[in-house]
Amino acid sequence: MFKKLLATVATLALALTFGIQAASAGGNDRLMKVLERGKIVIGVKADYKPWGFRDSSGKLVGMEIDMARDVADALGVELELVPVQSSNRMQFVQQGKIDMMIATMSDKADRRKVVGIVDPNYYTSGTNVLASKKTGLKKWEDLKGKPVCGKQGAFYNKGVSQKYGAKIVAFVGNAEAKQALKDGRCVAWVYDDSSIMADLASGDWDDYEMPMVTEDDTPWGLAVPVEERDKLFGRFMAGMTYEWHSSGRLIELEKKWGIQPTAYLSDMHERMKAYAPK
Amino acid sequence: MEAFYEWFRQFYESTGWNLVFMYDEYERDRLLAAVWVTIKLSISCLIFSLIVGVVGAWAQGAKSAIVRNGVYWYIQAFRNTPPLVQILFFYFVIGNLLPTYDAGGYREQYIGAFGWAVVSLSFFAGAFNVEIFRSGIEAVPTATVEAAEALGYSRLKAYIYIVMPLAFRVSLPALNNNLVNLVKTTTLAYVIAVPEMMYTANQMWSDNVNVPEMMIVLFIYYVGLVAILVYFMHRWERSMKIPGYGG
Repeated sequence: MFKKLLATVATLALALTFGIQAASAGGNDRLMKVLERGKIVIGVKADYKPWGFRDSSGKLVGMEIDMARDVADALGVELELVPVQSSNRMQFVQQGKIDMMIATMSDKADRRKVVGIVDPNYYTSGTNVLASKKTGLKKWEDLKGKPVCGKQGAFYNKGVSQKYGAKIVAFVGNAEAKQALKDGRCVAWVYDDSSIMADLASGDWDDYEMPMVTEDDTPWGLAVPVEERDKLFGRFMAGMTYEWHSSGRLIELEKKWGIQPTAYLSDMHERMKAYAPK
Repeated sequence: MEAFYEWFRQFYESTGWNLVFMYDEYERDRLLAAVWVTIKLSISCLIFSLIVGVVGAWAQGAKSAIVRNGVYWYIQAFRNTPPLVQILFFYFVIGNLLPTYDAGGYREQYIGAFGWAVVSLSFFAGAFNVEIFRSGIEAVPTATVEAAEALGYSRLKAYIYIVMPLAFRVSLPALNNNLVNLVKTTTLAYVIAVPEMMYTANQMWSDNVNVPEMMIVLFIYYVGLVAILVYFMHRWERSMKIPGYGG
């Protein structure tokens, strides 16, 4: 009796395993679907100038939108953009609401378990400061003993005060910290460099600059569904990213959107160019 | 001493309880500075709020209608708005209207964040102190005040030598309550980046991911701080007791 039951269970398990494998057709579902319907749905930011934002007519534009268009062109399909938030972007990829995302996401080990982050990374961001041009800051050491505004709880507050002797004046939110900077209560505002660039691009901070060499660089990753990372889709995006780096397309886009040139992009360009035919 | 500090590192490794300020010198200095800032902030606010209370209660009974109205509107303004809003208002609005001086690349305010915290919290608690003292003043029998006048005391002199000493004794229990509240309200100074206990604990648990440990430290610290205040207030109350007068 027991043996019979065990045999049934084993057969059932086997059937299920093979059944599922057969149904998933090589694990390229998402890419196949994209090609079948002739349209790729890509999640981008709509509130992160200049990476992804709405222009005066309400259209989504930005550096990552241009990248998304490159992807659609390479696949020969139509492009549909879906605005995503930092809090829902990974779920959207998992649930199939979007086929992939290029949405200013930092590449973290725990995120790699949820979505298929493709190598190489296409961008990096780190810690820098926003300061008035009049202050004339040049290097991190210039902050010694001076009040520097920041956000409470940010991990780099401690580093900047320990390493460079800055007096961190941390506020609850960014709005208060920026107000304090505008009021001249501190020499600089320490934050993520990509966000500072977004502020500089917004036109509200014309007399300000980002004078330091960025610290604590964290790479950004674009992502496909985690099951397809090592399949066609993931490999295709890896190729796209390689091409973006080697051809200098990302540097060109960076320039187009008025983003301060990052060392990462020029390094990657040099490295990848070595493999490209002359 | 070093062995004592090191014990806490091992304690962390073996139990997961990260009392980082015990073995990390940077964090320890930061926490000790915060302990001191909170004590300074509390004492300054206590003193100034008492002054505001005593002066305000006297002005409430002034002959001039302008002064009386001024006190009335002051109390309305400070009792009807949250202390958090007041601190932000003083720091970001009033603070920016005042002159500044160049301190090498940034504009230094003559009153810094700590100063604004003292000002706003003192006025906040002071508004309640005025009402508390008023209740004490109203408990002084009219006959006593009339007797003082008959002896040739002016209104101010009678207030200082007759009314206030009696009123103060009646007011003490209520005052006690308000001052305890004031000490706890000093935590709000973290919104304008005064590096007191709340602010520092917040930054420490963000850096070290030891939220429960720092919460417990905060809790114990404030229980202790308020206990010390209450102890002195009770001693003061007892030492000022007049046999047969009041409770």
